[in-house]
Order: sequence, then C-alpha cells, then structure tokens
Amino acid sequence: MRQRSLLAITAALAAGSLTLTACGSRDDSSNGSGGGDKTTVVIGVDAPFTGDLSALGLGIRNSAELAVKTANKEEYVKGIEFKLEPLDDQAQPSVGQQNAQKYISNKDVLGVVGPLNSSVSQQMQKPFNDAGLVQVSPANTGTELTQGDGWKTGNSVRQFKTFFRTATTDEVQGAFAAEYLYNKAGIKKVYLIDDQKTYGAGLAASFKTNFTKLGGKIVGSDHVNPDDRDFNSVVAKIKKTGAEALYYGGEYPAAAPLSQQLKDSGQNIPLMGGDGIVSGDYPKLNKKAAGDLGTSVGKPVEQLDSAKKFIDGYKAAGYEDPYEVYGGLTYDATWSIIEAVKLAVEGNDGELPADGRKAVLDAMSKVKFDGVTGTISFDEFGDTTNTLMTAYKIKNNTWAPEFSGSPKLD
Amino acid sequence: MNELPQQLANGLILGAMYGLIAIGYTMVYGIVQLINFAHGEIFMVGGFGALTVWLILPDGFALGAAVPLMIIGGILVSVAVATAAERFAYRPLRTAPRLAPLITAIGLSIVLQQVVWMWYPDAKKDHPFPQFEGEAIDILGASIQRGDLFVLIAAPLCMLALGLFVTKTRSGRGMQATAQDPDTAKLMGINTDRIIVMAFAIGAAFAAIAAVAYGLKNGQVGFRMGFLMGLKAFTAAVLGGIGNIYGAMLGGLVLGVAESLATGYVGDIPGMELFGGGAWKDVWAFSLLILVLLFRPQGLLGERVADRA
Repeated sequence: MRQRSLLAITAALAAGSLTLTACGSRDDSSNGSGGGDKTTVVIGVDAPFTGDLSALGLGIRNSAELAVKTANKEEYVKGIEFKLEPLDDQAQPSVGQQNAQKYISNKDVLGVVGPLNSSVSQQMQKPFNDAGLVQVSPANTGTELTQGDGWKTGNSVRQFKTFFRTATTDEVQGAFAAEYLYNKAGIKKVYLIDDQKTYGAGLAASFKTNFTKLGGKIVGSDHVNPDDRDFNSVVAKIKKTGAEALYYGGEYPAAAPLSQQLKDSGQNIPLMGGDGIVSGDYPKLNKKAAGDLGTSVGKPVEQLDSAKKFIDGYKAAGYEDPYEVYGGLTYDATWSIIEAVKLAVEGNDGELPADGRKAVLDAMSKVKFDGVTGTISFDEFGDTTNTLMTAYKIKNNTWAPEFSGSPKLD
Repeated sequence: MNELPQQLANGLILGAMYGLIAIGYTMVYGIVQLINFAHGEIFMVGGFGALTVWLILPDGFALGAAVPLMIIGGILVSVAVATAAERFAYRPLRTAPRLAPLITAIGLSIVLQQVVWMWYPDAKKDHPFPQFEGEAIDILGASIQRGDLFVLIAAPLCMLALGLFVTKTRSGRGMQATAQDPDTAKLMGINTDRIIVMAFAIGAAFAAIAAVAYGLKNGQVGFRMGFLMGLKAFTAAVLGGIGNIYGAMLGGLVLGVAESLATGYVGDIPGMELFGGGAWKDVWAFSLLILVLLFRPQGLLGERVADRA
C-alpha cells in the first residue's frame, strides 16, 4: 500500500513537472554553433508564457525572436550573432526577480526585453540597475517606474539608469483618453472602475486627474477583482449616477464581461479603457461591445508602412500565437538593444568592447531609429519620446481607429 | 429607481452557482473527510466539455436545443476526470495522513489547469462561450438575463433530485451510512468504494451544470475560472455546514447575496465610503463567514463535528 501510494505521487509529480517544463523549454540546439568567429550576444526576454496573460506574453516572446532572427539574417551588426534567451515569469514578481538574477549571472546577456507587468518590473529594476544591465520593457506603463512617485507633483526623478521602455506612460495615456472623451466625444460625466493592479489603478488615477482638470465630472468610482467575471452588482450601482460613460482601468478578460453586463442592465453607455482592452479578443468575449472605446500607443500597426515588414515577417515565421497589442512595441524594444550593440561595436573599431554591458547602456541614450510603432528614442527618464496615441472604437466587431494624436501635457 | 430587487437577484444567481459547486465539496468531505481542492478544476473542465459539444455541433444549431447536449457533454468530462482522480490520486492515499491527499488535490488542480492550457485549442486566454440572445426579463422589479434563468431553474431541480436520491434510494441511504461510519457500513455489506466514487461523480455532475451556467452567464470560459469559483464554493460549503448538502446550497445563496449587497450598499453608509464596492465585497463576505463560525462552528445547517477518531 505504502509502495503504491508513493508510486502514485511520483507519477503525478512527474506528469506535472513534464507538463510545466514542456511549455517553458525552447530548443537550445543552436547554442554554440554560431558561424565562424562571430561573437555571441544574448538578449533576454522575460514575460509570462504561462498563466492567464500568456497570450500577451507569447506574442512578446515571438516578436522579440523575430527581431533577433531578422538582425542575424541581415547581419545588421557585423561580427555579432544574436541569441535570444526567453524566461517565463508567470506574471509573478518573485519569479521575475529570479529570472533577473539568471540574466545577470550570464555574462553574454547584454540586454533584457520585458517584462509585461509593472509589478514584476518593480522587482527586476534594482538588480538590473546594480548589475548595469539594460532593460527595455515593451509594456510597462506605470509612470513611477521611470519618474518616481514625485511625478504627480512635478518632481520627476529618474529611478534606475538601466530601465527604458517603448510603451508610453499611464500619464500620457490617461491624458489622451480624457481629452478624447471630453473634447471629441462630448462626454462630461464618467463612472470610474479599476482592477487594483499597478496598471489599472495607475491608468484610472491618471484619467481621473486629467478628466477633472478639463472640467469633467467623476460621478462615482469602484474597484473590482480582476479574476471576477460577474459584475452585475457593480453595474446596478452605476445606473443611479447618470454616468454617460464608464472608464475602466484594467485588462480585457474582465473588461469584456463588465461591458456586456453594463449594457445587459439597460444602460447604453460606452466603456472606455486603455491598451489593456484593445485586443482582438475583447469583441469576441463581449457580445455588446459596439461603441466601446480604447486607446493604444502609436498608430495602428496595420496602418504604418514601417510595420508592414514586421507583420509580414511575423506571418512568414508561422507563429502559432498572434503578436497581440505589444508585438510591435516588443520588436522595437528588442531592436533598440540591437541598435545599441551596433553603436557600441562601431565605436570600438568593429569589436564588442570588453565591458559590453556598460557600452550598451551608454549607447542607449543615443539610439534613434524608425521602428514598427514610429521613431524610437528615449528621453532623460528612459521613457519613449513617441507619445502618439490612437483612440479606437468598436465597429463591426473590430477595433476601428478613430483619431490619432498626442495629448497636451503640462 | 429601487435597486434592491436587482441586487438580491444578482446575489441569488451568483449564489446558486456557488451552491451547485459547493455540493461537490460537501459530499466528498462528508464521506471521506477530504477537502478536494481540485474540485474547482473539475468545474472548469466541465465548462470546456460543454464548450466542446457546442463547437462540434454544426453552425446555426439552436442554443436552446444545444444546452441539454452541452450539459451532458460537460457532465461526462467532469465525471470522468473526477472519478479518475478519485481512483488514481485519492484512493491510494486513503489510509495516509490527512495532509497527503490535501496536497495531492492542490497538485492535481495545477495539473488540470496546465493540461487544459496546453492542449485545448485556443485556451491560453478566455474562450468565448455561446449566450442566449434577447432582452432581459423583468421579474418583481429585477431584470434577469436569459442566460441567468438557466441557473435559477437548474439549481432547485438539482437540489430536489439530490434530496430524493439521498433519502429514497438504496445507494443514497448507503451514502448516508458511509458518511456516519464507514467501517460499520462496510460490515453491513455496503460497497463503500462504490459509494465514494458516487459522491465524487455527483459532485462533478453538479459542478458541470454550474459550469454551463457560468458560461451562459458570462459568455466565456477560461482555464483559470475554477480557482476563484472553487474557493468561493468551498467557503459556501463551510458557511452552510460542511457535510450537509442543503447547507451547501444555503451557504452559496447567503454568500452570493452578501457579496452583492456589500457591493451595492456598504459604500452608501456614511463614514464607510472607503469600505464599499467591488473591492471590499470579499472582505465582507469572509467577515460574515468568521462571524457565523464564531457562533455556530458547525456552520448554518452543520451537523455535529466529526464523531470519528
């Protein structure tokens, strides 16, 4: 009996671990076989490849891989062979920190793309900073990640010299959403809901500040649990406030049922959200999505000439999972590291400097190129200088671009 | 407009779903004293079983006619997974210390999540689930969505059937006997292994019905949906008195209504603005649980705490 139960446990554990490793492992067969006397530079990519945000995470991994492959194929940096090392952070800060240590201990890693979640980033920034290793996030929008808590009072201070991002900040996105809603859509009364995560709460706070500054009124607010799918009780409360729109700070898995239940309850007002809800899955999960609004960074990828190459390349590579909202930004984030390596190599007579990490870090502030999402360069905080945003509206069950512009910030 | 009927209806719908899942926790606990933490995932695979049936059916198939088939599909998958779990993961550990099967259950729940994540097509994110078309129906000042009617009808029917089964049939009485004293029941000629499998199967079938209700209500199923719903259902089972089937349903309804009212009203109480709304509803629901357990440790309809050594 004892033997048998032991056997059962072992089998269960083995099955479990096989399942887990099978999804995380990538073939490392290309290792060490770099052509001739090329120097290998490793670029890390950290995002959730498992869990409920894995759709976004896998899009990030594939897009980074595409950038690395393109650079190798074009021999973009002479004498350098790029290699990608993806690590799964499961959207958990503690795992992210362990991954950061792994990257730091591998001397060939000269830059890391990621992560997806601002909360994970908060745990990775300091180790990377101490090791002088460049990190470029395609998705973190929390303003305080680059500018510190003082940004609200105008005392922005750069937090970590190694942190950069191609995603724009909540500050920019919230301001853009407020301006669009107040000026273009003529909506003056808004009910505000967020999911209490770093991203959702930050975005909602920024929207609130900017919307009230313009003269709009927040008629009520609430918070929800991002894992909930039943929001009928929250929705019933909105009715009596006379809100003309609902602004939601959070991601599409919860936003879709929230919007549908809002309209099911007889309130025909649009839900508006940030880039977290601008996903092709939003209208699929929400049968009453028509008229809902969302904002996203840059111009729509499909409309940019610069993005054509990315979209075609992604299709040609035959990835199973779509590139999702952060695909273009990830490609640009990865390319900015490649560009920095190129600058470092060119500044050292065609060879990788002995202290590669420092050289790449120094080169980051000089990086400027035309990427998938527009012209990419970084300001004194490490934020992207690309503040172009687009507002989308659901029409015929897809996100149709309505208006592109940059918000007025003060 | 008075929103109280609406909030009560919201709570009852949610609570009926909790109750259906809670049956699985309470029956298994009543008979083998095991908290089957993988039950939330049994609920989840039931949802995917029903979804699979819907995807197999030809386009344009009426949802009303499809729902019975989807229920059957969901139940088949749930029951198959639950009985396999019982046979291969729990039965070998039945004589082991109480903690071993508990940890096994947690491990099993992770395995099931990963299996669906990996092998079900398009399940890495929430998957759309069919929903009934049409406007909401007004009942006593509350508007009820068509999909929600399903759980409001299914839950009482299920409870009635279960009540009759447990009290009127031989197997049901055998189940009661096994719950009271497995050793004596065995001596009396009851096949306790079969009874235990039956408890797992009934719990799984109810979970599958709840999963269909969840899908019809929210328009989506996802591989993680079992975690939160399972946790809430377990809470409902404890609140109602774990081991008591009517307690599980009552606990579910009380929990659902408490959550709904906490979301709707606590924030309106002067001085409590900060503690109301969706963010605090779980806090209030669990405060209620603690309060009930302080005064009635056995839960609302609970039986005496286990008289077995």
